[in-house]
Amino acid sequence: MNRQQHIHSDTPAQALHIVVVGNGMVGHHFIEQLRQQDTNAKITVLCGESRLAYDRVHLSEYFSGKSADALALTTPEQYQTLKIDVHTNAWVNHIDVDLKTVSTESGITTQYDKLVLATGSYPFVPPIPGHQQEHCLVYRTIDDLERIAASAKVSRTGVVVGGGLLGLEAANALREACLETHVVEFAPQLMGVQVDAGGGRVLKDKIEALGVQVHTGKATEIIEQGTSCRYRMCFKDGGMLETDMILFSAGIRPSDQLARSFGLETGERGGIVVNDYCQTSDNDIYAIGECALWQGKIFGLVAPGYSMARVAANHVLGREGAFSGADMSTKLKLMGVEVGSIGDSHGKTPGSFSYTYESQSKGVYKKIVVNNDESMLLGAVLVGDTSKYDTLLQYCLNAIELPANPEALILPSSDNAVPALGADALPCSAIVCSCHNVSKGDIVVAIDEGNDDIAAIKACTKASTGCGGCAALLKSVVDTELVARGVEVKKDICAHFAYSRQELFHLVQVGRIKTFDALIQQHGKGHGCEVCKPAVASILASLWNDFVLQPDHIGLQDTNDTYLANMQKDGTYSVVPRVPGGEITPDKLILLGEVAKRFKLYTKITGGQRIDLFGAQVDQLPHIWEALIAGGVETGHAYAKSLRTVKSCVGSVWCRYGVQDSVKQAIDLENRYKGLRSPHKLKMGVSGCTRECAEAQSKDIGVIATENGWNLYVCGNGGMKPRHADLFATDLDTETLVAYIDRILMFYVRTADRLQRTSVWLESLEGGLAYLQDVIIQDSLGIAHELEAQMADVIQRYQCEWKTAIESESSRKRFRRFINSDQADPSIIFVDERQQIRPATELEKRQLETAEE
Amino acid sequence: MTLCELTRDDDSTVSTQWFEVCGVDDLVLNSGVCAMVNGCQVALFCVAASAELNTQSVQLFAVGNDDPIGKAAVLYRGIVGSVDDHFVVASPLYKQRYHLSTGDCLDNPDIAIPTYPAKIENGRVMLKMGEGV
Ligand code: SRM
Ligand SMILES: Cc1cc2nc3c(=O)[nH]c(=O)nc-3n(C[C@H](O)[C@H](O)[C@H](O)COP(=O)(O)OP(=O)(O)OC[C@H]3O[C@@H](n4cnc5c(N)ncnc54)[C@H](O)[C@@H]3O)c2cc1C
Ligand code: SF4
Ligand code: FES
Repeated sequence: MNRQQHIHSDTPAQALHIVVVGNGMVGHHFIEQLRQQDTNAKITVLCGESRLAYDRVHLSEYFSGKSADALALTTPEQYQTLKIDVHTNAWVNHIDVDLKTVSTESGITTQYDKLVLATGSYPFVPPIPGHQQEHCLVYRTIDDLERIAASAKVSRTGVVVGGGLLGLEAANALREACLETHVVEFAPQLMGVQVDAGGGRVLKDKIEALGVQVHTGKATEIIEQGTSCRYRMCFKDGGMLETDMILFSAGIRPSDQLARSFGLETGERGGIVVNDYCQTSDNDIYAIGECALWQGKIFGLVAPGYSMARVAANHVLGREGAFSGADMSTKLKLMGVEVGSIGDSHGKTPGSFSYTYESQSKGVYKKIVVNNDESMLLGAVLVGDTSKYDTLLQYCLNAIELPANPEALILPSSDNAVPALGADALPCSAIVCSCHNVSKGDIVVAIDEGNDDIAAIKACTKASTGCGGCAALLKSVVDTELVARGVEVKKDICAHFAYSRQELFHLVQVGRIKTFDALIQQHGKGHGCEVCKPAVASILASLWNDFVLQPDHIGLQDTNDTYLANMQKDGTYSVVPRVPGGEITPDKLILLGEVAKRFKLYTKITGGQRIDLFGAQVDQLPHIWEALIAGGVETGHAYAKSLRTVKSCVGSVWCRYGVQDSVKQAIDLENRYKGLRSPHKLKMGVSGCTRECAEAQSKDIGVIATENGWNLYVCGNGGMKPRHADLFATDLDTETLVAYIDRILMFYVRTADRLQRTSVWLESLEGGLAYLQDVIIQDSLGIAHELEAQMADVIQRYQCEWKTAIESESSRKRFRRFINSDQADPSIIFVDERQQIRPATELEKRQLETAEE
Repeated sequence: MTLCELTRDDDSTVSTQWFEVCGVDDLVLNSGVCAMVNGCQVALFCVAASAELNTQSVQLFAVGNDDPIGKAAVLYRGIVGSVDDHFVVASPLYKQRYHLSTGDCLDNPDIAIPTYPAKIENGRVMLKMGEGV
């Protein structure tokens, strides 16, 4: 400690010596900025932590597997190349403003010309009696994370004290570590800084639905020994909560001890006072980042810190630039819940008023705050849906005049909705990336200099390389600018083929190409990839319908197609036999039960009216299918992009309202189109009357019985973006119905993009529904006959792939788990739940492992 | 349960040895198979070294079978392809791609899988790996 060590200067005497205290994100950014502009300055960094600067913003990713090295923003070698003299574990405890020296606890003393304090902040721990125990931790540094991870291993329950942004991030980390997780918040709502009471309420509901228990309005009085857990927290209102660990995330405090002790001006509630050039009350000392107090404000985000770093670097070198505050808007995803906060989110501006939209069922809350004549947007709160964030932010930051009906900005889209603010509506001064202060103008310049893709623009402007929050906006600015310059935005399927899926389909069809190798030799380059191989496999299957496991095709298939089953999260598979139309005999039902029992499989009724058997190991699959096929059951193609199910209602045979036999129709359709490989999966439904119990209007092909025949609906979708099917034709007889469906499906197979459902396909077809009706009903392209013939060919080549697979010795060989051993896969472990198996969680696996040892 | 945490082939710290794994016939061209070697699950990929399908010029790669992101032992069931001039496998679970020769993950620079030297000798597939891992 008392060993004195002086740093010798070997740079010319006139070079400025700049000493930086703290090597957090902002201190590091300052160094980079300074070095870029001045290669001579002598720079010394005194870094209090044992590690050089790392990415605190993405700290939580440590829990999802990111290593400390991966979080690093620099390395000792890089600093060496930049000629930065850096000392780690160098905690500064003394400044002499007269002699212009700083000293560290470890005994280093150095002189400075300019001193930069970038000491950041530290977590505030409320002085609750009992807060200093072993498993009471904070969340700020990598060392903290290591302590949390160690504690989580020996804990079952964890409590986060503080329900702000960081507290919720910490709660997510505990949840991912498989702890029962609670959040205790003193205020009556979560994230009080960013969102208002209404938003806080919706946020709380959503977070609780994810299994985190939220306790608001709770003041902890004491932490005592617990009975069922390590500790017990007692609340002021008499309640209590038992937990094995406690994480404090109750706010941050600026690290301003140096300023306080050595005569620099600090704020009443902390923070080192700085002017617009980030100078403290001593002209040769600067403060930047979370320790600095500018106009009474501390900025707890990285982007304003980076701005301060730029301003201070410029000022030190005698260049222009001043700090003028920063936008504190944020958009984030906490445990999958989207939250956005823009500008004056609490509506504190005098005369402002607000519009609010809330959907309890959807868990969405949106509010906008506008000025008194409703011309400008002042702020916004978004919970559960931040899709309008970019648009709103641009309105707010660039003072763009609001449309006449500003409420349309937050209402669910309807016909009079305001369209999203396109990138072309933005002024050139609009900041696209606030982390790196990149404006739309900077991006335009970069494009003019010849950078014509996102990667190149990211590399030269640094846009979107900070928090990443601007990625979507950056892409839309770049795309619009490129299109405006007449650059074609490429539709190539991947790097191996300069063609769209539709073009490839034509090449295969016209050239009668039968294998991937032949196609890539004639029309592509390289060896293919996970994008083009399955796409080509699907095209080959649509056209020629060969056995998918024949040697030429085997390496092309997605794993589900290769093993003719659906891979689950633990590497086991699910088996879905076909149950056409949802009709099943008691014998087949018993067979499914018996097979499930014999192979110890988990069983569940699917959303598609059939039965899924889960937990099959790869080597069991052929045996399972032998048993199923012997009982007359076929493959259900749940693993393939092809026809899944045709859902039926019971129809006229039993139902008193039914007007046609919907079950028979569903079974016939399912048997006709089963095995048809298509760009994406296909689903159908047949209802026996307009009551629509089969939900046919949510399917790719929907059929609804009428007194006179069938109404045909097309291109409906459930899933991520539901779409009601369009009525395509009415009162068809069965023969016409089937002819139309043949044509529609084949036309889709030929012209859709890879992984494009019929709903998206129809919307992308120029001319839409009317065009499709022209092609299919009026035969405007003269291909109706060809489409039907092609479908007939595919139907005639149908085979139950599982039947072919179990009959072929070489196919069966593929299902060996290990080529050199008969042992079972030791990584697969099940536990019981509700009398069935389920995959063990990571935590359970670890526990079982330790129990074994 | 043994999850293998082998570092790259690093002769200085672990003593290594060649293991005989299986016959060439057990490999599947342009696709993967899995072997249990020395207590570790190893994914073996055999790819045609040129786009001309010529079985004489195949290249053999051996990598760890554990998917570090999906956390399941499944990599041998991924699709093999190329990125620039390198062979890669895409995890069947969440599609991250790994260089077959270096083990580096193309989609996440912080992650890599172990790789093992492999060769074909007299029709047998041989693999080099540390002892007692
Ligand atoms: C098993 C099942 C859930 C269940 O237990 O009920 C299921 C399971 C999966 N669905 Fe589904 N979906 C199941 C019915 C549905 C339904 C309901 C229906 O079919 O009536 C829908 C909404 C209807 C629709 O598709 O329009 C549905 C919409 C999706 C989507 C979203 C598609 C979209 O266009 O947005 C995906 C993702 C995708 O395909 O890219 C998906 C993907 C999946 C995957 C493949 C996810 C995956 O990659 O692992 C799951 C396969 C698990 C497996 O091994 O079988 N699943 N999925 C259902 C199987 C039905 C069947 O018998 O074949
Ligand atoms: C979990 C987490 C998530 C976050 N997420 C976001 C986000 O999504 N978006 C966003 O914009 N911001 C986020 N932040 C905030 C962001 O990380 C900070 O704004 C930023 O790191 C501040 O940088 P800084 O350099 O000012 O301070 P710090 O990063 O705290 O660095 C200060 C450094 O100085 C050192 N130091 C202090 N005193 C001394 C001394 N006397 N001598 C020597 N060294 C000293 C400290 O040890 C520390 O290493 C997050 C923060 C955390 C903890
Ligand atoms: S909704 Fe479908 S994809 Fe999502 S978890 Fe359920 S089964 Fe899987
Ligand atoms: S705004 Fe953070 S990276 Fe662009």
